Amino acid sequence: MTELPHISARRRRTDKIMRGLLAGATGIALVPLILVIYYLIYKGIGQWSVKFFTTDPNGNFLGYPGGIRSAILGSIEIVALASLIAVPLGIAVALYLVEYGKKSLFANVVRYFVDVMTGVPSIVFGLFIYIVLIASHIGGNFTGWKGSLAIALVMLPIVARSAEVVLNLVPGSLREAALALGAPRWRVVTRVVLPTAAPGLLTGSLLAIARGAGETAPLLFTILGANALTLNLSQQMNALPLQIFNDITSPRNAIVARAWGAALTLVTLILILNLIARAAQRRSRMA
Amino acid sequence: MIPPDTQSKEPTEVSTSDSTEQSSAPQEEAPDISALGSPKPEGAGHNVVLKGLNAHYGQTHAVKGVDITFPAGEVTAIIGPSGCGKSTMVRCINRMHEEIPGAYAAGSVTLDELDVYAPDVDITAVRRLIGMVFQKPNPFPTMSIFDNVAAGLRLTGTRGENTRERVHKALRAVGLWGEVKNRLDKPGIGLSGGQQQRLCIARTIAVEPEVILMDEPCSALDPIATLKVEELIAELKERYTIVIVTHNMQQAGRVADSTVFMLDGEFIEHSPTTELFTKPKDERTERYVTGKFG
Repeated sequence: MTELPHISARRRRTDKIMRGLLAGATGIALVPLILVIYYLIYKGIGQWSVKFFTTDPNGNFLGYPGGIRSAILGSIEIVALASLIAVPLGIAVALYLVEYGKKSLFANVVRYFVDVMTGVPSIVFGLFIYIVLIASHIGGNFTGWKGSLAIALVMLPIVARSAEVVLNLVPGSLREAALALGAPRWRVVTRVVLPTAAPGLLTGSLLAIARGAGETAPLLFTILGANALTLNLSQQMNALPLQIFNDITSPRNAIVARAWGAALTLVTLILILNLIARAAQRRSRMA
Repeated sequence: MIPPDTQSKEPTEVSTSDSTEQSSAPQEEAPDISALGSPKPEGAGHNVVLKGLNAHYGQTHAVKGVDITFPAGEVTAIIGPSGCGKSTMVRCINRMHEEIPGAYAAGSVTLDELDVYAPDVDITAVRRLIGMVFQKPNPFPTMSIFDNVAAGLRLTGTRGENTRERVHKALRAVGLWGEVKNRLDKPGIGLSGGQQQRLCIARTIAVEPEVILMDEPCSALDPIATLKVEELIAELKERYTIVIVTHNMQQAGRVADSTVFMLDGEFIEHSPTTELFTKPKDERTERYVTGKFG
């Protein structure tokens, strides 16, 4: 019989301690996450009712302060417009970098600035839009579409970066196969590269949308806020993050409670988007 | 049409992917090249001539002044050790070489009278005349079997109601029709490796090129799938000028009418295949084919 090599007690002990430390670190990292979710549900779920989702904030000093309908619909509309701007543009930037620019100096400069943009605090994008479009009174004062632009600026580098990664994952052999058949490059891109990368592009875009939906700072001085429901993007609008921001500082308990309900709503919407993104990714792995 | 040397193949290990291929096609289905139309009359094929061809990757000089004539209606094999510039040379013929960043070629490549590198030549048109089959089968993963074969037609904007017919013809020509006719709408990547490679060959011939370049088309295949592709090559040479890069000298012996030996980016010798293997003119060729180096 062969004997197993001897492993000293000290090594076994070290192994145990290190495992314990790692498990502990993971536990500590989970504490704030669980607490946030617990608090959101604990404070927010009680606010949810049909009335909460179907009425607008009414600004009354007494009685029911109103629901968050205008905030939900405003958020959806503003983020939808932002996505319509940022997703095609971001994917176009990534396509340029991967298919045409490659390692050229210009492409590397673009890549660098996309990275820099990812790190820019979102309030800076809000300020930028404020100075360029609002302080100069272009197309009205505070309007929904300017908020969309500010959010699109937040989303753009996220879409571009994730799309670049996904497009790079498309095997070069597929591009070669299509080129060798005599396909012009734009057809290779539209018929082979984009369909192959589609599930990954969708995932990246949905994650960027989720990020954009949660941004408060770009909206603060672009859409300013409103109580009544408006779906007119050229007026002041309401949005979920803004509603939460305004409500949480209120001296009235009912309004602070509405902030919790709105926060839970926002997190739920983002969770749903993330689940869709994951489902899309899983489908791509099966293909 | 069966290559002479198939009996002496080393014992074959049948892989799992291979057995599925066998079971889906119990009776041997011979490639039906006649579906593509009658063979071209003798001497009417297309010669490919390389003159003083040089290819570079940035600082690397991969192909050094090569002169070769690939005769019409024949299979020409390119052999040589890894890194000798075989693949690069072949990729220069349909101008795929220049797709690699930093790569460029100089010299002349002509298809009959057509100068492939003339400044007014449309690269996409060149590639439609000179098709290419790659080392690893690379069907388009988002497309069905049918769409994969039709891809060449659609990607080049050659639309028309005869797409269906041409796809069926191409599948018959590569002997894949019987195996896939009931699942044309299934994904192309669901096929076995050997079937995928034949699918890629069908995709190449569906656009009706004049020349087919094959860059080690069997190196990712098991021996039985290799045999099928080799049989197919023998059939296809009736209609196409075929250039095949191979690492496998037995394969060159089985399929090629003449064989080119390259070494360190240089052209060494081009002789009828049996001659190159039995009485090579160059001492380096002899040392390579007898296994003394490489």
